[in-house]
Amino acid sequence: MSVLQSQKVIVFQLGEEEYGVGVEQVKSIERVQTVTRVPNTASFIKGVINLRGVVTPILDLRMRFNIQEREYNNQTRVIIVTVDDMEVGLIVDAANDVMDINQDNIEPPPEVVGGIEADYLNGVAKLEKRLLILLNLNKVLSKAELEELKTIEAKS
Amino acid sequence: MEKNQYLDMFIEESREHVQSINEHLLQLETDPNNKDLIGEIFRSAHTLKGMAATMGYEEITNLTHQMENVLDGIRNDTYEANTILIDVVFESVDYIEKMVEDIALGGDGTADVQSVLEKLCEFERNGAVKEIAAVLEAPSIDTETFDDFELTVIAQSVEQGYVPFNVEVTLREDCILKAARVVMIFDVLEQVGEVIKTNPPVEKLEDEQFDNSFSLTILSTKTSDELNERIFKVSEVEKVVVTEIDLDSKKEDEGQQEAKQIEQIKQVETKKSNEKEAVKSTSGNKTIRVNIDRLDALMNLFEELVIDKGRLEQIADELNNNELTDTVEHMTRISADLQSIILTMRMVPVEQVFNRFPRMVRGLAKDLNKQVQLKVVGQETELDRTVIDEIGDPLVHLLRNSIDHGVETPGERIKRGKPEQGTIQLHAYHSGNHVFIEVSDDGAGIDTNNVLSKAIKKGVVTEESSKTLTEAQIYDLLFSSGLSTREEISDVSGRGVGLDVVKSKIESLGGSVTITSSQGQGTTFSVQLPLTLSIISVMLVEVGVEKYAIPLSSIIETAIIKKEDILRAHNQQVIDFRGRVVPLISLKKIFDTPTDLEKGEEEYLSVVVVRKGEKMAALIVDSFIGQQEIVLKALGSYLSQVFAISGATILGDGEVALIIDCNTIIK
Repeated sequence: MSVLQSQKVIVFQLGEEEYGVGVEQVKSIERVQTVTRVPNTASFIKGVINLRGVVTPILDLRMRFNIQEREYNNQTRVIIVTVDDMEVGLIVDAANDVMDINQDNIEPPPEVVGGIEADYLNGVAKLEKRLLILLNLNKVLSKAELEELKTIEAKS
Repeated sequence: MEKNQYLDMFIEESREHVQSINEHLLQLETDPNNKDLIGEIFRSAHTLKGMAATMGYEEITNLTHQMENVLDGIRNDTYEANTILIDVVFESVDYIEKMVEDIALGGDGTADVQSVLEKLCEFERNGAVKEIAAVLEAPSIDTETFDDFELTVIAQSVEQGYVPFNVEVTLREDCILKAARVVMIFDVLEQVGEVIKTNPPVEKLEDEQFDNSFSLTILSTKTSDELNERIFKVSEVEKVVVTEIDLDSKKEDEGQQEAKQIEQIKQVETKKSNEKEAVKSTSGNKTIRVNIDRLDALMNLFEELVIDKGRLEQIADELNNNELTDTVEHMTRISADLQSIILTMRMVPVEQVFNRFPRMVRGLAKDLNKQVQLKVVGQETELDRTVIDEIGDPLVHLLRNSIDHGVETPGERIKRGKPEQGTIQLHAYHSGNHVFIEVSDDGAGIDTNNVLSKAIKKGVVTEESSKTLTEAQIYDLLFSSGLSTREEISDVSGRGVGLDVVKSKIESLGGSVTITSSQGQGTTFSVQLPLTLSIISVMLVEVGVEKYAIPLSSIIETAIIKKEDILRAHNQQVIDFRGRVVPLISLKKIFDTPTDLEKGEEEYLSVVVVRKGEKMAALIVDSFIGQQEIVLKALGSYLSQVFAISGATILGDGEVALIIDCNTIIK
């Protein structure tokens, strides 16, 4: 196994599935703290938090992917990611692992995984007994997408 | 050689010199016979040349050198400073600026300067028959004869009683070992003084690379006759002419060449002394250059401190300990002082933005065949650095707009009985916590009918509603996107940003822009800007379970009203506020705030009356918390456009509160 062809990912849990994002996009992992609601935004945007003096928007990945919302508990984490110079926090059920994934084990995503459209995925990594869904954060957090969702919600 | 440490300095100083050349050229255009101005320009060009040569930027060196030659011609009255010539010089300055900017961006500062070089050379050739003759006569003696170092040496030795002499030595035709003679002459001279310069240079003299004569400059305490005698002691010397280089008076009898040289030395000398005076006059006001990054860092740290201060105040309130309260109060005062110092440190005069406008206006007016004079008033008005950086583009657009749409063509102006030349005034001034910048022209003014018909055509307003619009509202239409009163698109309007972008840019800076105009008299665009962006005073209010901050600058007053005082008009709740009907807006509804259900309907309502320009609104809140200094923070770029929210701040308890944008609430 060549080191060059492997990728380090942060593994987190959302519902039944395990997801991964590239470690280079993750800035830190935080516990949930007081979130200030920002009115008139998409419903999956939970608000903003004070992240060591920086006001950082937080979104709930469950709601982003239309998975049933649930209470935050001890396991709930906020993964702070940096995408296109934007810092955004993602609320996930749990963040439990850092893993090396061999490029050979990554397959293109099937149409729909765990209710998430293929557009948002970079691929699926097959590990021994587990399946890891690799998120395309640029797409998940794209501003165009945000505008689109806003208008859809406004109409409904 | 390690150049990097000088690079910043080079770029900085080059920019300053380019700017000063630009300024003086503009003045020169109005006052072409002013020798002082030419001197100033020449000095800047000369310094630029020296710096560029040291740093090894050949193109800049060549260009400035050629510029110097032309300027020298103007200075010596060889040719006149007419518009064509000034245009060419402007062009060269543009090139230099481009190259400097290129270097600043990490480039190698090269550009194709051939064409402009040619133009400059042409001037030199055509205008300078007289000068060519002079140059032929004295091919190697020009202003560069003495460099700064040599001049300093001369000046110092004169102070110490030495006299500078120019010595012309001619050797006999049949002299065989010329180099040996030279060495011998040097020998005798060095016994009585110091040779500081030779022409040709010493190396060439020692290689016998000269005809029969050479000249040298010596500093000595002896008289010219003594020197003469001493040199004649060396054999095979045909002729010696020793001339005192007199810095005060010209010696007429020594022939044109020396006279010219002396004069030039004098010019250089005065240049030097002028410079010294300039240094003296500025040294009274001691300044240092500080990198803006450091100021930003200082500001950021101070912001943290303000947040902590807020927290301390809160703790002191809770503990109710006298000593603690005293200390915290003292700290509050100090931090207020500290804040004003830090803020003033970040203030820069708007001059920084304004000084590029005269050039732009001149060029644009030329392109459009209009005659425009730009008057700048109050360029010393200071604004926060961050605002300065952002305000340039909107102002450029407003100026373009005034030149293109405002000022009429010279023909039209004469017809209307106005002076041929239009005037645009750029006026900056302080007022309260704001800085105003006005761009006014004495042009045609805004034709409201024209604007209206355009707006109706574009579907911005309907025909019916257009009838009820006030004048100010019609002017406001100009800021809506897609509206241009110009029939044809020129490359002036329509390039870059439109008026709608100007407006949104200024509003994003927390400012506003208004238009006043009177037909036939002219138009004024007035831009209002906050003094600083990062720390503002707000009123904290509670809405439901959430806290919001309303900037004090938009609050008129707070009030408590009775439920039965609420009136209805046009399907909208209004109140009577000091004789004016003000719409009542529920923040709870706008923000869809979750409420404490236990609280029942109350008899009294707390309202904050806010304004945007002339318009007002009363915002219903649940309770007032109090006034506080807060640090303005962005919501993060992911949430750049949120309705009615302009930003966020961190409160003393570490929680985030949102700042209400009253401008978008009042429509």
